[in-house]
Amino acid sequence: MAASVSLQLEFSGGAELLFGGVKKHHVTLPFQSDACDIRHLLVWIKQNLLQERPELFIQGDSVRPGILVLINDADWELMGELTYKLQDEDSITFISTLHGG
Amino acid sequence: MCRAQEEEDERYSEAVRRRPELGLEQKCMKCKERSAVLIIRIGDAFCKDCFKEYFVHKFRAMLGKKRLIYPGEKVLLALSGGPASSSMFQQVQEGLSRDAPKKLRFVPGLVHIDEGAVRRQSLKEREKMVAEMESVLKMSGFPYQIIALEEVGRYRAVIQVFNLPSSVVQWVSKDIPDMADDYKAAVDGFLGHHTGVENAESGSRTCVQTKLAELSIEEPEPAASTGTFCLPSAQSTQALKQLFDSVRSLTAKEELLHTLRSHLLVHTARAQGYSKLMLGDSCTRLAVKFLTNISLGRGAFLAMDTGFSDRRYGDVVLVRPMREYSLKEISFYNQMFLVPTVFSPALNSKPSEKGSIHQLTETFINKLQSDFPSTVSTVYRTSEKLNVASSVEGPESVSAARCLFCLCPLDTRVEKASAFHATLISEHLSQRKSLDLPEAAVKKCCAESEERRCCKKPAARGSTTSRADERLNLLDLLCYGCRVTTKDLTTLDHLPHYVRSEADHRTHRTAMKKEIQEFLLHENADLEYVLKT
Repeated sequence: MAASVSLQLEFSGGAELLFGGVKKHHVTLPFQSDACDIRHLLVWIKQNLLQERPELFIQGDSVRPGILVLINDADWELMGELTYKLQDEDSITFISTLHGG
Repeated sequence: MCRAQEEEDERYSEAVRRRPELGLEQKCMKCKERSAVLIIRIGDAFCKDCFKEYFVHKFRAMLGKKRLIYPGEKVLLALSGGPASSSMFQQVQEGLSRDAPKKLRFVPGLVHIDEGAVRRQSLKEREKMVAEMESVLKMSGFPYQIIALEEVGRYRAVIQVFNLPSSVVQWVSKDIPDMADDYKAAVDGFLGHHTGVENAESGSRTCVQTKLAELSIEEPEPAASTGTFCLPSAQSTQALKQLFDSVRSLTAKEELLHTLRSHLLVHTARAQGYSKLMLGDSCTRLAVKFLTNISLGRGAFLAMDTGFSDRRYGDVVLVRPMREYSLKEISFYNQMFLVPTVFSPALNSKPSEKGSIHQLTETFINKLQSDFPSTVSTVYRTSEKLNVASSVEGPESVSAARCLFCLCPLDTRVEKASAFHATLISEHLSQRKSLDLPEAAVKKCCAESEERRCCKKPAARGSTTSRADERLNLLDLLCYGCRVTTKDLTTLDHLPHYVRSEADHRTHRTAMKKEIQEFLLHENADLEYVLKT
């Protein structure tokens, strides 16, 4: 039984508007670390953190096109995108490149 | 061409081959040593150091290749605080701090426009944003200015956007110093310097440089051009809000904001003798703008609206040095190298995706881009192939009629058998008006303007007929795209004063020209005939 995963989440470029204007969130996921990838994280964010207009952040099972995802300051496209397995103390950054957030 | 295609294919197949082994272990494609942190295009993975080098080099290469900005030239950087312009600002700082051979040599100044009133921010929010912006600008040591959209140049005289001299919407020729006359009156503080620059520019380039160098020594710069921000009066804020409230659609609001912002930027640049204005449009944004402008009926001006340099204002040239960076590159750079940005909500923050044409196009491009990663670059490269026709930039364009809003040469002066006239006719038909109505209306408004000119006073506004005339007159001075925008204005009463007075002025001039036409020798053939006899 692996311990729960704690993560540092950051939203910027206007994405923070959907999270009550708070940029940095420190969260602990109630999942087991060996079974938790970004896909799960997005669902969790949608259910727990997102305060309004979920369609402006999540579309389908991924983020809305135009929002960049960084895992430990590296492009998520290098890490397998949605299938990346989260590690304890990872930092995930979401940057909106959309006009006006 | 074929070779490029092959290379592209090769790169793509390579990328596909590489895909399964994606992971942090992937090495940088450039140094092949450090592990990659970012994929720029398909298969092009960069490590942090190589990415920085690539990013910095691209900026200098862009300016170097275009040979547009001369050493010692005063360049105004327009900063919104968003990622692209902040990153541009950082690149300029970086470039100026370099060792001699690769150093950028122009003299930068900064300007930020506070659009809080239009964005429905409270005074407190605006003050907070301005303070944030100011702390960023202050650190640079460059002269800077923060201007509210309502207000310009507090430290000289309070001129509001509603009070800009109408020369903003006139095309100022570089080679004819006289044309700047009425403009000089408005900015008497800079009169001496300004004429200096104008005269110099008709001379040789070296002359410009020495003059400019003199200028920068003469002027106590930081003191003169650093204006601390003061909140505009409630009255002017109210006027601006009324103007935007009178606009029916978000699309038109975006366009109007863009127009006013450009006027204000160009005015600021002129007032302080800057000859270049740098804008932070990224490649992603330009791709969106490209498609948006086509949808807005601005197809004729695509090359000007999205090109590297834009000479529509004559004496102030707009430059877009960030146009080869995608927003992804910019955002990563800002994140990695801690470039400070100030987020400001746009007009349409948190809107529905179909709120405006701009919004819709952005969503469209981004969606395509996520499935087809070369979408943005394809659209962008298409826009790059467009050139401004030489007739537009040539000397004969000085006298050409230009749109009152966007200062592009009018695309509405075309022959009867054109798409433009077809649109007009179908518009009249769909409104169930008879076809001869437009001509009747034109006749009427000519009569009206004659009256006006007789008593040298603008006709009393307020009666419905003169309002309709004013609208007709104004529409006649606009290009097709700006006409479409103006149709979404419920009333013209809230338009800035400088726009309305210039409109009056132009209408009168046209009427007068018509009247004295028969006494003029305007055809070359006529002239030759007269000379012969």
